[in-house]
Amino acid sequence: MEFNSDLLKNLVKTFSPSGNEERVRELIINEIKDYVDEIEIDNLGNLIARKKGSGKKIMIAGHMDQIGLMITDIDKKGFLRFTNIGGISSLLSISQRVIFENGTIGVISNENVEDKNKLKLENLYIDIGAKDKEEAEKKVNVGDSCVYLSEYYEEGSRITSGCLDDRIGCYVMIEALKRLEGTNNDVYFTFTVQEELGIRGAKTSAYKINPDIGIAVDITGTGDTPKSKRFAVGLGKGTAIKVMDKSVIVHPKIKEAMVNTAKENKIKYQMEVLEYGGTDSGSIHLSREGVPSGVISIPTRYIHSPNETINKEDVENSILLLKELINKEFNL
Amino acid sequence: MLLKRLTEASGVSGNEKEVRDIIIEEIKDHVDNYEIDKIGNVIVYKKGNVKGPRLLIAAHMDEVGLMVSDIDDSGLIKFIPVGGIDKRILVSKRVKVGNKKIDGVIGAKPIHLQKAKERKNALDLKQLYVDIGTYSKEETEKLIKIGDYISFDSDFREFGDNLIKAKALDDRIGCALLIELLQTDNEFDIYGAFTVMEEVGLRGAGPAAFKIEPDIAIILEGTTCADLENSDTHLQATRLGEGPAISLMDRTTYFNKELRDLLIKVAHENNIKYQYRKTSVGGNDSGTIHLSKEGVKTATISVPCRNIHTPVSVINKSDYENAYNLLQASIKKILEGGIN
Repeated sequence: MEFNSDLLKNLVKTFSPSGNEERVRELIINEIKDYVDEIEIDNLGNLIARKKGSGKKIMIAGHMDQIGLMITDIDKKGFLRFTNIGGISSLLSISQRVIFENGTIGVISNENVEDKNKLKLENLYIDIGAKDKEEAEKKVNVGDSCVYLSEYYEEGSRITSGCLDDRIGCYVMIEALKRLEGTNNDVYFTFTVQEELGIRGAKTSAYKINPDIGIAVDITGTGDTPKSKRFAVGLGKGTAIKVMDKSVIVHPKIKEAMVNTAKENKIKYQMEVLEYGGTDSGSIHLSREGVPSGVISIPTRYIHSPNETINKEDVENSILLLKELINKEFNL
Repeated sequence: MLLKRLTEASGVSGNEKEVRDIIIEEIKDHVDNYEIDKIGNVIVYKKGNVKGPRLLIAAHMDEVGLMVSDIDDSGLIKFIPVGGIDKRILVSKRVKVGNKKIDGVIGAKPIHLQKAKERKNALDLKQLYVDIGTYSKEETEKLIKIGDYISFDSDFREFGDNLIKAKALDDRIGCALLIELLQTDNEFDIYGAFTVMEEVGLRGAGPAAFKIEPDIAIILEGTTCADLENSDTHLQATRLGEGPAISLMDRTTYFNKELRDLLIKVAHENNIKYQYRKTSVGGNDSGTIHLSKEGVKTATISVPCRNIHTPVSVINKSDYENAYNLLQASIKKILEGGIN
């Protein structure tokens, strides 16, 4: 299958920090509207696209949001101060470029200190090249958000870019949907908001959908880099079937169905036991009376940096697994 | 005066009855329906001709305080905090203990008896006790029991240039705003919730929102003010007298942008002074409300409180007035279709 680089490129270059997912949502709607039966946007901004069927109600969730920074103050000289939207590290932020929704570019630097390791976000600032507060306010206001600026790079089977967390999950869902010839199950493709702030969008959308089964599609880390934390998942070793993370222990029957589906269809896979992190299934499986849930993970290096790195074959295997899983007859 | 009665009443989390009784007394003749739900929230509906999306206005009744955990042989009371209290502010404060409101003082080892090293450290809870003027365990047990609530004893006082000092302004100030709104004949069709147990983890608001099922909610709060110290502007959460604070983001909510922009627009249109809440720490009832059922669009309007969570919280009356004006004008805009 041809890799749809243009779609992924468009997804990652579209501005979408948590709470500001409108642009990516528009892009996804345009991409999928001809393939689904119903489209709805809920109060929090989740995009719920339904492909009707008579079988089990399955909620597939991937989050549209990315980590970012929010401006909290503009000083007299035109420098901006900010707070984090999701897991932003101060060490990683220094010397990054950031981009605002209106295209304004800024650079992050720090107050002068002896030990940069001790820097907190409140010691960093953004310089957008304004000479004073008045000039800065022509471009940026308190409450505006920005994200790390990054460039999409693709070579062979490798892709490096910012915010593959979780635009690659959205991509996998869109591609699986497009390849779907029909479905017996009643499938809700849910593109969620505010995952990076604590799995918030999945909570309200799961309540609304009231599914029988939940499947999140999100990235996971790898343990294959120099002196990395011990972790069995590696790049290029296939789609990762989650067993557990901090937010969810996957329902045994869902896990079994995923493994069997992968085997039957000769899809390369690996098992993922993650000690940290969480994803949309963390909220979905606790919705209402409980929802058996699982996660398809795309192994990713350098998470939450502008250089998140993935393997195209892992992505393809994730699409195949999701597509087959959607059509499966579940006996829970 | 309403705010005096509200702040001088005791309402430590889980023990909001005294505050709730005042609120019900104040609102009952002005609303179409009110009830106390299963965990103690007051849920109110006021019918009006100005009707739009289902709108909830919420404020929490509870305040931070202490609870009796043990009584020692000499009759002194050991206690634990209820809600976020800075233990360093406790020593030498006057308190009221139990439903009978027994007078007490928080004491500790006198300075003369402390070693030089001890004086350098803030007193730990273990070193503090409440003295209610008894000499034995038996005597104390006649007056209070383990599990009794302890609240700060601090009167309401106006001082300086338009300022008020009281305890529990977080969030009696929000309760006062909501009461005044309900008492005013403004024809708004709204739900109100006076919630319990916010200070111990936003607990009451969840069941209230679950029951009301609002589309939009505005949370009224007393919030952190840090304008006294010589600090950079970006470290000052809010400033006294600069108007009500509109929240951007806190630990529990990324506030709905559309609603936030509406509040700002309303403030500009009506020349109402406002400021942004510049910190993203802390949280309020919005955290549970916005994730209730299918999700709720939320905003927070706060009155800045100096010395929050202490017996000597301070607000500026003009911030209250501006908060009220902003609330009133924003509700009108929302009900008239300002939010999609």
